[in-house]
Amino acid sequence: MDHYTHYRTGAPLADTKAPDGPIAERWDSRRFGAKLVNPANRRKHTVIVVGTGLAGGSAGATLAEQGYHVVQFCYQDSPRRAHSIAAQGGINAAKNYRNDGDSVQRLFYDTVKGGDFRARESNVHRLAQISVEIIDQCVAQGVPFAREYGGLLDTRSFGGVQVSRTFYARGQTGQQLLLGAYQALSRQIAAGNVELHPRTEMLDLIVIDGRARGIVARDLVTGEISTYVADAVVLASGGYGNVFYLSTNAMNSNATAIWRAHRRGAHFANPCFTQIHPTCIPRTGDHQSKLTLMSESLRNDGRIWVPRAKGDTRAPGDIPEAERDYYLERIYPSFGNLVPRDIASRAAKNVCDEGRGVGPGGQGVYLDFAGAIARMGRKAVEEKYGNLFEMYQRITAEDPYQVPMRIYPAVHYTMGGLWVDYDLQTTVPGLFAIGEANFSDHGANRLGASALMQGLADGYFVLPATINDYLARHPGQDPVDTGHPAVAAAVAETRDRLHRLVTVDGDRTADSFHRELGELMWEYCGMARTEEGLRKALDRIPQIREEFWRRIKVPGTEAEFNQSLERANRVVDYLELAELMCLDALHRAESCGGHFREESQTPEGEAARDDEEFSYAAAWEFTGTGTAPVLHKEDLVFEYVHPTQRSYA
Amino acid sequence: MRLTLRVWRRKDTRAPGAMKEYEVDGVTPDMSFLEMLDTLNERLTLEGEDPVAFDHDCREGICGACSLVINGDAHGPERTTACQLHMRSFRDGDTIDVEPWRAAAFPVVRDLVVDRSAFDRIIQAGGYVSVPTGAAPEAHATPVPKAAADLAFEHAECIGCGACVAACPNGSAMLFTSAKINHLNVLPQGAPERETRVLDMVGQMDAEGFGGCTLTGECATACPKGIPLTSIASMNKEWLRANRKVSRG
Amino acid sequence: MALATRPDRRPAVVRTVWDSTIGKKTIMAVSGVLMLLYLVVHMFGNLKIFFGPGTFNGYAHWLRTLGEPFLHYEWALWIIRVGLVACVVAHAVCAYQLSRRDLRARPVGYVHRKARASYATRTMRWGGVILGLFIVWHLLDLTTLTVNRNAEPGHPYQNVVATFHTWYGDVIYIVAMLALGLHIRHGFWSAAQTLGAGSRTRDRALKATANGLALVLTAGFVAVPVGVMTGVVS
Repeated sequence: MDHYTHYRTGAPLADTKAPDGPIAERWDSRRFGAKLVNPANRRKHTVIVVGTGLAGGSAGATLAEQGYHVVQFCYQDSPRRAHSIAAQGGINAAKNYRNDGDSVQRLFYDTVKGGDFRARESNVHRLAQISVEIIDQCVAQGVPFAREYGGLLDTRSFGGVQVSRTFYARGQTGQQLLLGAYQALSRQIAAGNVELHPRTEMLDLIVIDGRARGIVARDLVTGEISTYVADAVVLASGGYGNVFYLSTNAMNSNATAIWRAHRRGAHFANPCFTQIHPTCIPRTGDHQSKLTLMSESLRNDGRIWVPRAKGDTRAPGDIPEAERDYYLERIYPSFGNLVPRDIASRAAKNVCDEGRGVGPGGQGVYLDFAGAIARMGRKAVEEKYGNLFEMYQRITAEDPYQVPMRIYPAVHYTMGGLWVDYDLQTTVPGLFAIGEANFSDHGANRLGASALMQGLADGYFVLPATINDYLARHPGQDPVDTGHPAVAAAVAETRDRLHRLVTVDGDRTADSFHRELGELMWEYCGMARTEEGLRKALDRIPQIREEFWRRIKVPGTEAEFNQSLERANRVVDYLELAELMCLDALHRAESCGGHFREESQTPEGEAARDDEEFSYAAAWEFTGTGTAPVLHKEDLVFEYVHPTQRSYA
Repeated sequence: MRLTLRVWRRKDTRAPGAMKEYEVDGVTPDMSFLEMLDTLNERLTLEGEDPVAFDHDCREGICGACSLVINGDAHGPERTTACQLHMRSFRDGDTIDVEPWRAAAFPVVRDLVVDRSAFDRIIQAGGYVSVPTGAAPEAHATPVPKAAADLAFEHAECIGCGACVAACPNGSAMLFTSAKINHLNVLPQGAPERETRVLDMVGQMDAEGFGGCTLTGECATACPKGIPLTSIASMNKEWLRANRKVSRG
Repeated sequence: MALATRPDRRPAVVRTVWDSTIGKKTIMAVSGVLMLLYLVVHMFGNLKIFFGPGTFNGYAHWLRTLGEPFLHYEWALWIIRVGLVACVVAHAVCAYQLSRRDLRARPVGYVHRKARASYATRTMRWGGVILGLFIVWHLLDLTTLTVNRNAEPGHPYQNVVATFHTWYGDVIYIVAMLALGLHIRHGFWSAAQTLGAGSRTRDRALKATANGLALVLTAGFVAVPVGVMTGVVS
């Protein structure tokens, strides 16, 4: 068996769906070029949607409105609990209501630049165009965005941009947008157009004659394994940040749907592009089960600093102004505290590595609102950030109105995901990936308030238009026989895997393996990566995997409500995905966005991109567990935004 | 900290349930309540006992999955969700009772996990604005007075956890239902369906077997998002108004 | 495409109201408010006892001639009586049905009990039962005079005094009036919520009104037996 790192480079990959021509006209011309399905014929088509977050919820609702028969799944007890609900800060849109020089073109530019020139231009431009429609749609649904006294929508600024284009609903924008999508979906459930399966988790993809035709899913209450067949499958199952064990993701967010799809032939693109969010509450001990984000919007008014001197243990209030280092404002005077996330995170890591970190273990920096409170008054600060302050106080038992918050970076979002073309179709025909599950729009770093924008753009507007084309081109697909060998094989593999998990009867819990893997990934594939570290991780992961299958202990059986089994089965997939992430990070010997290779930096310590070598999206093809995957490169062509060294100074 | 936990255990809907006692050691004040349960579950797993099943997901107090009655209070002694409750709210040596939500409309699935799909069906009955994707007018076409927007937001904050039902001696879902009705009915976007929404949602709420409201206020006290009790009065008003409108045809 | 998600036909309003928990509460609120209005009038009438037998008996006679010559003798009284019985029955039936429903909605209680839970609900339910029984006794005592040993028809003043000369007459009456006070205290505020009159800005005013009404009515009604007991009325 070849060593995992001895991967082969296969045929290049190209996005064949984005039309040529001026970028601003491509989406229109794609929509015009796409074939349509006659409204009367749509109900004959079944579409499976996995996940009910912003992307899945909006897609399910919209496809059902169009007349398709939608079968939708979520592992939660209700579609309203998908983790999009936890997004705090806001959603970007190029409305230019502020008359501050914003435009579709500028949002497009900011996003490509923010992503460190590793995103596909046509996709990003489409995203910027659609952003304005999203706000209209959400307002019409009754999403209670923040408003000015004149009754018009309020906006605020986010990292990496110099305009105010982020729409928000206090610190709960994700919740409000998700409830809008959930309500639209609920309407379609009531109308009988969506068949919803809550507490049901997708465990495999069914591919017949090269096309995605269904999924294998487990009813989490009874443990029953069932197959569901369809004419197309849409994955909206979110990102894979939980590989790191500690992240801001929900406890049960997982990579199983996309990883199983990858194993069935969908290429996985840029798995090493993970976003470390700069403003999270630092961890307090080994019991920690997850990390909590403090919205990026706090950086609008809060100032980030550490003591000038190493090992300064004085209380923050006792450190005089002259002995404080507002390092972001010092290093990046024009963007100051609002530099993009990757830069803010790395800067925090650097000052902590220098020994200037604050709080237990020196793993933290101050986010100080004393100035804002003095300037705006406590009441105004409360109005803007009240619920975030409250949350911080509840978790840390410290009052941020009195003492500065302590924050530290944490894994938050994954830019990588299943490779998709302009139509959001993966390399398996009939399998689509939307939202965080795909790799498309954010390049190597996502700007704040852009995840909500992308999830809803994909779900409300892009997928419903492009999936028509696929279904129109495959009108009379034979109904899938549930006795088909491919179906039986997928079911048998799933059953075997679960059965193995409950019968090993070892002496370690799934959580203990997950934690071990997470610590390894944070150490070697986290904020800063080196060839040496990545090779170490790549040596270690197969060992953990081997140990896992020898020592895992899952109580109970597979035929019942069994949360330990759910967790163990997810860890199985993390143990494979982690390996691919490290390999991708190793092969990409440049720094870009969230991927920082210590070997590749400017003299000032900024990420140094290598456009000669790496101006491509790396799409990996699965060849077997632990065997070297095949790399397919999609060359990135920049016709409109010319790659430069990102500068926020 | 060392604690004694008494946890409701019930394997499935057929088996009878009972409170079971566990000693938990090594609890620190910074742990969340759910992290304390995690430690117990890790130990139970290694000892070969089924871990305690409980719903949880975001652990940030926003998804509404966690649903524990702690010492008789939905979500425990603090005004927040169980996942945001920290062990510093308890003292060394305490005995803590942990039970599932209790209501006929929320059957227990296993241990501390209940089925709250009745809430989804209430929303399906009318908790939305009928606006198909693409049909929306320009966002600024209809200004919404800030007061109305703020009021709508206050009610839209509901996380659908069901603490109101769990706390109510009548197992009533009035606070949950009123939160959604008030969110949408106060906005101009929700106006065209104002009457049908309240009639259909209240009808579904009754059909699910929730109790009526006797205004004990327990729901509002337990609500982690602070949805006010007056929300119910506003819903009643909407409901009466809708009946008058509908009777006029 | 099935986009219409609203039912086309809906039941008649009466049906909707009767089937709904909110509808039943509305019936309780309306009947409760009507009874409350009656009680206010009733209390004022009672207080005439402090002006002597002539005034009081005259007032009682006037009640029977109310509405004449349009209405026949005692018709107005009977109309009021029928209305009141309708209110009591509607109030009690709805209360009974809602209580049954509430108990069914929470079949299993918590092992860890909290004392404060459902205080108001219990007072309303038990208080309601006490008041129901009291109304029966009150009618037998001072309307039909069945249980009032020394009573004579046509002499209400003397009958009242006779009732409150017995210890059990005083106890039953005073206990019932205290129950009435508690019932009104929660009931008035509750009715306001049910009828949608509650709001954050009005809440304090409503609670104060409820407390005031409860206090005035209880005091006003209890004044009579106290007057008899202390010899102010004899």
